[in-house]
Amino acid sequence: MKDKLAKIRLEAIEKIKNAKSMETLNELKVAYLGKKGQMTEVLKGMKNVEASERPVIGQMVNDTRNEIESCFEEMQNALESALLDAKVKAETIDVTLPGKTKDLGHEHPCNLILKEVEDIFIGMGYEVVSGPEVEYDYYNFEALNIPANHPAKDEQDTFYINNDILLRTQTSSVQIHEMEKGVLPIRMIAPGRVFRADEVDATHSPCFHQIEGLVVDKGITFADLKGTLDEFAKRFFGPDTRTKFRPHHFPFTEPSAEVDVSCFKCGGKGCRFCKGEGWIEILGCGMVHPHVLEMVGIDPNEYSGFAFGMGLERLTLLKCEIDDMRLLYENDYRFLKQF
Amino acid sequence: MNASLSWIKAYVPDLKADYQEFRDAMTLSGTKVEGFTQFDKDLDKIVIGQITKIEPHPDADKLVVCQVNLGNESVQIVTGASNVFEGARVPVVTDGGKVAGGHDGKMTEGGIKIKAGKLRGVDSFGMMCSIEELGSTREMYPDAAENGIYILPDDAPVGGDAIEYLGLHDANYEFEITSNRVDCYSVLGIAREAAATFRLPFHGVEPVIQKTVDDIHDYLQVEVEDKDLCPRYTCMMVKNIRLALSPKWLQRRLASNGIRPINNVVDITNYVMEEFGQPMHAFDYDTIRGKKIVVKRANDGDTFVTLDGQERKLDKDILMINDAVGPIGIAGIMGGEESKITDDVKTLVFESACFDGTNNRLSAKRLGMRTDASGKYEKGLDPNNAYPALLRACQLIEELDAGDVIGGVIDLYPEPVKEKQIAFEPDRINAYLGTDIDEETQLSYFGPLEIKYDPATRMLTIPTFRQDLLRGADIAEEVARFYGYDNIPSTLPDSEEASGRLGYEFVVQDKIRQILMAYGYSEAMTFSFESPKVFDKLRLAQDGPKRNTVTISNPLGEDYSIMRTSLMDGLLTSLATNFNRRNKSASLFELSNIYLPKALPLTELPDERMTLSFGFYGVGDFFDLKGTLEDILNRLGLKMPRDYVADKDITFLHPGRQAKVMIKGGKEQIAFLGEVHPQVAKTYGMSGRVYVAQLDVQALYEYVNFDKKYKEIPKYPAVTRDLSMVMDKLIPAGDVEHVIAKCGGKLIESFNLFDVYEGDRIGADKKSLAYSMVFRAKDRTLEDKDVNPIIDSIIAKLKEKGIELRS
Repeated sequence: MKDKLAKIRLEAIEKIKNAKSMETLNELKVAYLGKKGQMTEVLKGMKNVEASERPVIGQMVNDTRNEIESCFEEMQNALESALLDAKVKAETIDVTLPGKTKDLGHEHPCNLILKEVEDIFIGMGYEVVSGPEVEYDYYNFEALNIPANHPAKDEQDTFYINNDILLRTQTSSVQIHEMEKGVLPIRMIAPGRVFRADEVDATHSPCFHQIEGLVVDKGITFADLKGTLDEFAKRFFGPDTRTKFRPHHFPFTEPSAEVDVSCFKCGGKGCRFCKGEGWIEILGCGMVHPHVLEMVGIDPNEYSGFAFGMGLERLTLLKCEIDDMRLLYENDYRFLKQF
Repeated sequence: MNASLSWIKAYVPDLKADYQEFRDAMTLSGTKVEGFTQFDKDLDKIVIGQITKIEPHPDADKLVVCQVNLGNESVQIVTGASNVFEGARVPVVTDGGKVAGGHDGKMTEGGIKIKAGKLRGVDSFGMMCSIEELGSTREMYPDAAENGIYILPDDAPVGGDAIEYLGLHDANYEFEITSNRVDCYSVLGIAREAAATFRLPFHGVEPVIQKTVDDIHDYLQVEVEDKDLCPRYTCMMVKNIRLALSPKWLQRRLASNGIRPINNVVDITNYVMEEFGQPMHAFDYDTIRGKKIVVKRANDGDTFVTLDGQERKLDKDILMINDAVGPIGIAGIMGGEESKITDDVKTLVFESACFDGTNNRLSAKRLGMRTDASGKYEKGLDPNNAYPALLRACQLIEELDAGDVIGGVIDLYPEPVKEKQIAFEPDRINAYLGTDIDEETQLSYFGPLEIKYDPATRMLTIPTFRQDLLRGADIAEEVARFYGYDNIPSTLPDSEEASGRLGYEFVVQDKIRQILMAYGYSEAMTFSFESPKVFDKLRLAQDGPKRNTVTISNPLGEDYSIMRTSLMDGLLTSLATNFNRRNKSASLFELSNIYLPKALPLTELPDERMTLSFGFYGVGDFFDLKGTLEDILNRLGLKMPRDYVADKDITFLHPGRQAKVMIKGGKEQIAFLGEVHPQVAKTYGMSGRVYVAQLDVQALYEYVNFDKKYKEIPKYPAVTRDLSMVMDKLIPAGDVEHVIAKCGGKLIESFNLFDVYEGDRIGADKKSLAYSMVFRAKDRTLEDKDVNPIIDSIIAKLKEKGIELRS
């Protein structure tokens, strides 16, 4: 029995160690350790062993089995890792081949720019609100200090629905809606569509977007207006941007200003982009006219405010260096996918 | 508004700023300079020379050789000009100098350098110049020769600077005047701003007539019937008119402002209009019938021939100047053919009036004739400016010896406009501006603006030409702009209470955007108005509700005349643009308002509904579209069940491939989707399959729920069962799914259609659907005895609908 075990052991280990493939190894496993394998045969012979010798022989059987098993495992690991190595080696790819992308959609550039503007003002404590696009004459003009027959009404080339209702020419109408709510202080921006009877060309569109801003509180100053828009310009166009406030006139603000920013292409030296001026006009603004406050029932002796309005398309054309406004409304995928 | 720097300097003689400084300073104090043309930019080394000798060129018939005395030297110049003669004084550009352009009037950027050289073998040390070569025109210098060298007057100082002599050290500025500053539509107004900007004394014009003859009241009677439209009417008269050319300085000033000089009388009216901003009109006195002027409204249906020979139709809101018999001019717009000044004029009436600005503007608009005069009147002029302007015109008549001024003035001005008073509150101004400007500095800005201050009452008296100064805030602006906007500090408002956020509706819209972009849709943007023809393109029923639109009364054209009631045309047009440009596929969406009138004609604002449209061609099918829509609704947290109801009524969609999405048990529609009807696709210029959907985002706002709650990840294994069934082709899969969901009860976790088959093996008019169902319990491992009764009940229920298991 002992000899038989020793023989099996020697023979098995020899064969296992010489196995060249997993198939051979598995065959050997069945041959020695399987249900009908040699070790099972040995165990079956245990009943012929004398009782006194059984513990010793039993131990030997177990040892032999364990030895074969561990040899088998060792060999299996070695073979597996060799196989893996070969497989890995064969799987080398050309990492310089192009990456694969999913066809995600693209946000419209105007909306991309709007998000930037919104983020800046939300960070400064502004709420983003909206108002009607088809609007009463009162909100678009009269409440903004542009009474009936005011020449400014002609200047803006208004689309009318009837005598009282029109397409708003400016998001400034939202100022009135917000102030009428009677909740002070106010700190809002209102992006939205506006309409003016301009023929379509590279820089004009009868339908475009503005972003209105309004702050009303106690003690708001023209210096606050300057500081706010200066901060906006720096965050939007870059930290080195300078602003220039030029006196201007809007019926609903006093004092009023137009704001230029130093050209973000040339830094103000003058280039093709800023037509050699070094400055680019970006918005109009001013202190809310006291009469406008009075008309919505806010006491100008107690409260003051500032307002500003900018053209979203203009900001988009500038920032994305788009040279023709019509591209924004054509929706050609080759254009849209660039944003 | 244009003005040359030299004209402005006539009233601000101490002004020394160079061209660029002037431009920048004026812009920063509120009189924006749009641009300026510098006359001497490309002129250099040009002196006045006198031709002393002319000899023929030895080798060229068309050239002559001139000896030219330049004062301290004499040079030889060869020229081809034929108008030169011995003794002529001419502008000469010397060796190394520069002229602005060629004699054909073409300007050369940077100028043309002139060097000594040989012309056909003869030395030439410079060039004699035409007015065009000096960068100017015969409009500004009418005495310059039409073709040839500019022969200067005999008193031109030989050896002197010709540029200086011709007044070309000058520039013309174009100013952008804001509508509130009517006073700045005049050279005087701009000069006053310039004086204030540079803190220099302002020398206005105070016209005085030296000598008059007769009395106007013996010649003319004036009546103003419609005083509401004519707050002031003044006139003076001139007899023994002596028409002639105006002096050079006056011609040049008019020409530099773009006005062609004609004769002294016409030039004076134009000059005063530019200088004072007050339109003047001159009538030929001998044509005024009854020697009487009556200012009154026309009658509806009247006609009148204006001085341009055109017949105009009048109405009762147009103010007319009449004589005793009939109209002789449209007030403030244009004079009449019959009373216009001709070369035979002997006696004239100068009218300087103030008409109602609004009425004038509306009349000019109705007549379709916006003239130089109406362009001024429409802004609402200061009636107190009318008389000084009139006096100025007569003073110029006297100065130019164009006639004899008749004594006296007719001045109908029943309610003179008084100067306003505004309290001077320096502390409030500082509090408003966020500045700390001392009182004295603030006051120093008012003097040059002719705003008077009374220290006793602390009141400011505002001149009547400053119609824009009404209250404290306006005074604050005056202080701000002369203190300099640049010098005002930059601060941020106290933001203790402020907390910024995006309005809820914007949050929902952004979420929708994010989902669509993840599905590969790009954002489009189209106009809010469209053509009513769109309805036919979409094959909408003639009486369909979508044809009720908010209609623009003054559109840019039919194509932009109605506010859209659907986003479909915008989407289809954008898809078609891509299709026609051979982009092989496109997936687009737009989030925008549609406008649904509540009643027509419109009495209140329409219902503006935020709407989503999305669609594609070249990728995917109906179920990709539906899947995207479903995912949007799911991710917006819409918990309510939705029904996809097959429809045939949406005329622009394929009748067999369209659905309405209903909520509340079919009571409310929130969306539609489908394949575009091939006929409609063709109308838009597309072929192949196009898919579109539209979702009423406005309706969703109230159902959106961004609250997310965690559901336990299942601990126990699931049991999966597949069912394959055969049914009539027309039975919608939705019916099967209703059965599965209902019978599945609490234990069914999900089900999924994994195969659809139509074909020979199951017979025509039949289809086979195969569903995989997943059952799971939260608290135990399911066994057959739990699931089998459910499967049995599903099979039984399907059988009731005529659906059999597929064998």
